[in-house]
Amino acid sequence: MIVAFYVAGGVAVLSTFLVILQTNAIHALLYTILSLLSVAIVFFSLGAPLVAALEVIVYAGAIMVLFVFVVMVLNLSPETEGVDRAWLQPRTWTGPVILTLILIGELVYILMTRAGLTLEGAAIGPKQVSLALYGPYLLGVELASILLLAGLVGAYHLGRDALD
Amino acid sequence: MAEIPTQYGIILAAILFSLGIAGILIRRNIFFILIFVEVMLNAAGLAFVVAAARWGQADGQVMFIFILATAAAEVAIGLGLLLRLHHLFKTLNVDQASDLRG
Repeated sequence: MIVAFYVAGGVAVLSTFLVILQTNAIHALLYTILSLLSVAIVFFSLGAPLVAALEVIVYAGAIMVLFVFVVMVLNLSPETEGVDRAWLQPRTWTGPVILTLILIGELVYILMTRAGLTLEGAAIGPKQVSLALYGPYLLGVELASILLLAGLVGAYHLGRDALD
Repeated sequence: MAEIPTQYGIILAAILFSLGIAGILIRRNIFFILIFVEVMLNAAGLAFVVAAARWGQADGQVMFIFILATAAAEVAIGLGLLLRLHHLFKTLNVDQASDLRG
């Protein structure tokens, strides 16, 4: 499980990095799906099987398939790739990369100076999560359902005129 | 199965989040920006799950489920906006949609 955590974490970071370098939308999506699946393995190695399954089903399954549908609808031409490639020049990415490296360095420094606490071994099963979700967090579930309804109405309103 | 230091999990979440920020800052394609927003939400969820594993409580996983619902709603609206942008400007470059510039 420890080896699975480190290997999957490395794959997640590497595949997320490769998404930035991609200009082809479908290739970027496939790398994103790879990243999400490896994060699911990280969840499983951390003892969160329900969340790992949800990551595969909802994130990698539903949300990314929605992106693939949009790529199919848009029918992107090769010229858009050229525009993207023109933006991937060093003068474009040096500033953001330096700032992000400073951010990562600070976060790693702060976290590494703390005392080493190891994660507890016991897995938290679906039953515990469900009891917490429909017990103290019931109001949150209702709010999430209202949010999803608002998202549905908003997506319908935005997409109604776009495709005619 | 234990013996994974807590800060390594948080550091993984921080690196993924920073990669998402870097991607949003570098790319000007709204399609890629939406992908990186997903990556950042996923990294925030990873931090919650690491905290849940640290304390042995289910609350962090409940928060991840809420983040999942938020990401689903966000991507529905975001892809709707993407289709509108493509319909109006025939491009996915967000710099083209600069009508509000003074």
